[in-house]
Amino acid sequence: MLATQRWDRLRDEWLGNARSDLVAGLVVALALIPEAIAFSIIAGVDPKVGLYASFAIAVVTAIAGGRPGMISAATAATAVLMVTLVKEHGLEYLLATTILAGLLQIAAGFLKLGRLMRFVSRSVMTGFVNALAILIFLAQLPELIGVPALTYALVAAGLAIVYLLPLVTKAVPAPLVCIVTLTAATMLFGWDELRTVGDMGELPSTLPIFLWPDVPLTLETLEIIFPYAAAVAVVGLLESLMTASIVDELTDTTSDRNRECVGQGLANIGAGCMGGMAGCAMIGQSIINVQSGGRGRLSCFSAGVLLLFLIVVLGDLVSRIPMAALVAVMIMVSIGTFSWASIAKLREHPLTSSTVMVATVIGVVATHNLAIGVLIGVLLSGIFFAGKIAQIFDVTSTLSADGRERVYRVQGQLFFASSDDFLAAFDFREVLERVTIDMSAAHIWDISSVAAVDTAVLKFRREGAEVELVGMNRASETIVDKLGVHDKPDALDKLMGH
Amino acid sequence: MATVLACIDGSIYSESVADNAAWAATRLDARIELLQVLGRREVVADDRSGRMLPRARRQLLEQLSTLDAERAKLLQKEARLVMEAVSARIAGQDVADVRTVLRHGDLLDALAEREQTADLVVIGKRGEAADFAKLHLGSNLERIVRASQKPVLIAARAFRPIRRALIAFDGRASALKAVDAVAQSPLFKGLSLDLVTVGTRTDALQRQLDDAAGRLRAGGREVHPRIEPGQPDRAIAAAVERDGIDLLVMGAYGHSRLRSLVIGSTTSEMIRACRIPIALYR
Repeated sequence: MLATQRWDRLRDEWLGNARSDLVAGLVVALALIPEAIAFSIIAGVDPKVGLYASFAIAVVTAIAGGRPGMISAATAATAVLMVTLVKEHGLEYLLATTILAGLLQIAAGFLKLGRLMRFVSRSVMTGFVNALAILIFLAQLPELIGVPALTYALVAAGLAIVYLLPLVTKAVPAPLVCIVTLTAATMLFGWDELRTVGDMGELPSTLPIFLWPDVPLTLETLEIIFPYAAAVAVVGLLESLMTASIVDELTDTTSDRNRECVGQGLANIGAGCMGGMAGCAMIGQSIINVQSGGRGRLSCFSAGVLLLFLIVVLGDLVSRIPMAALVAVMIMVSIGTFSWASIAKLREHPLTSSTVMVATVIGVVATHNLAIGVLIGVLLSGIFFAGKIAQIFDVTSTLSADGRERVYRVQGQLFFASSDDFLAAFDFREVLERVTIDMSAAHIWDISSVAAVDTAVLKFRREGAEVELVGMNRASETIVDKLGVHDKPDALDKLMGH
Repeated sequence: MATVLACIDGSIYSESVADNAAWAATRLDARIELLQVLGRREVVADDRSGRMLPRARRQLLEQLSTLDAERAKLLQKEARLVMEAVSARIAGQDVADVRTVLRHGDLLDALAEREQTADLVVIGKRGEAADFAKLHLGSNLERIVRASQKPVLIAARAFRPIRRALIAFDGRASALKAVDAVAQSPLFKGLSLDLVTVGTRTDALQRQLDDAAGRLRAGGREVHPRIEPGQPDRAIAAAVERDGIDLLVMGAYGHSRLRSLVIGSTTSEMIRACRIPIALYR
């Protein structure tokens, strides 16, 4: 690409939509504040950790990410992964984990692992967001159990504002109005028994400073943080790439997935070095951004900067926000994240798809680890797919007139899941002088199927038949790991047609 | 079209089985399916690992399997020759449709599979492996008769034209089944029939016998019912010998294997004692 072209493109991505981007950035910044605080509380750290993280991640992904118009910040998905780490080892290890996760994500970007997203089916994605919604909701329960009765009234009032205000106006984000109103009411009526954000920990009063996490650089530290970092890296990329495809769909444009992986990694390193927790792209916020007109890199960048500015200036007021207001916002996030349509479609969709979705949800909720749930879902969908493809397989046979020779014609896909059917299709009990196995209409995909063909030949030979294999060369063209379909225009026809 | 399934092997009974099958097929207007099963060979599946070096073992296994294949080929050739001879014999006897089925494996498995489409199973009293001197029954015979769901015709060593049949009647359900089959099946059309019950004459026994005779007459059969004193197996065998009976009809094994093991089976005794074809119904 020529330098001028590159410059043009860069200018277009940053300034092509400047006015709308700035407005959308402000809306997103206001909506981010309560979420960043709430996610910090989920992870069990001070609100400032989530706020600094949101600033750092938003700014860095705006510059380095591969999907303009997508909002990244501290998220619930990564926060839920780190609860035990914080409980057992403390904040500094969280920061180190964040940096390591960033490094892993950069490596994933350079290894072009973004393509692996192909293996995450729609059912797994649906399961992922449903599980995320359930985790967010579960994280609110401690704030709803054993608290003053007034809390429930406030949560109810908050939910009413969050859901009813958009019916009147969409100019201001309803969650922000909910928080401002409830905070004002609390201060006005002097409801001091309620827990506030200030009770949860320290809020930032200064700009973040660059700080290397205070952990010993030993193998032992690596042992502690690596599992968490790996989970954070995987979940972060998963949610980021999923969000990217949602933004792709909304804006009808494409994104650079591998660049997004690197961008997320850099953002997490930045967050870790500024005392922030790990984050990733946010589905809800990105939708808000796009709907508010944000398309370019400027919207996410301005969201990050404005977020920090508001917090530093209004820090005192932020500490007075009652937890009930945040709980109301989080319940809304949870309800909004959950794919309610997927419940209605449970019976409508194929049983295998629904099973994958439900298994993903159960896997996540049981382990509190989104990565494990997604892994279960991906494995299950792979198995189901293999099972379906194994059905595209058929063996027919004809006996010669004198009854001494039989020709078996094998059609379809022969691989580990269908090799049992392959063997069962032969009648080894029949006494024959010659057996011809015609493989020219079959595809052999792996060594299990080669072994199955071998077994069939040996069994017939042992019963005294002469065996001839026909068309093995063509059938086994598919066994190579990478099909050379792209180089040869007629390869696909050949593969499917013969 | 009805099917008569004839089980043959290389034994001298095969010709008689063919003749019996041809007789039945002509009467039933049926096709004949000749079934020959090549028995399981001594397979080299036993584990010799640990006693030999892997390479030596592999070589040995290769040699053994080559030998297996050679042996299977010879067996197959032999079986085809037998099949051809038997087919030729049947072809000379007015049976239009003869098919041959050669299978590997266990006779019982193959029979269970093939008899699904058959109406009558014909088998020799003894097979290749049987010991004639002791008059032992073939090892497969009882297994087949117990396992088969279809009527079984057991061929004697030599076939002679069938004119007179004896129905051994004991009043059990399988004997009633046999009576009904004789009354209805074209297999027994025009034969002179003796309906014989062995035992002490009682009113109940007489009533059962009359009832069975009535059923046979209703089917248009000519029948002479009578009660003979004595032990069933000996009395029947004696009657067969004395009256020049050509075919014995009776119900199949009525008791469990366990009971037969302890007190012996009347059915087996009669099959052993009579040297004529026997039709078994269950």
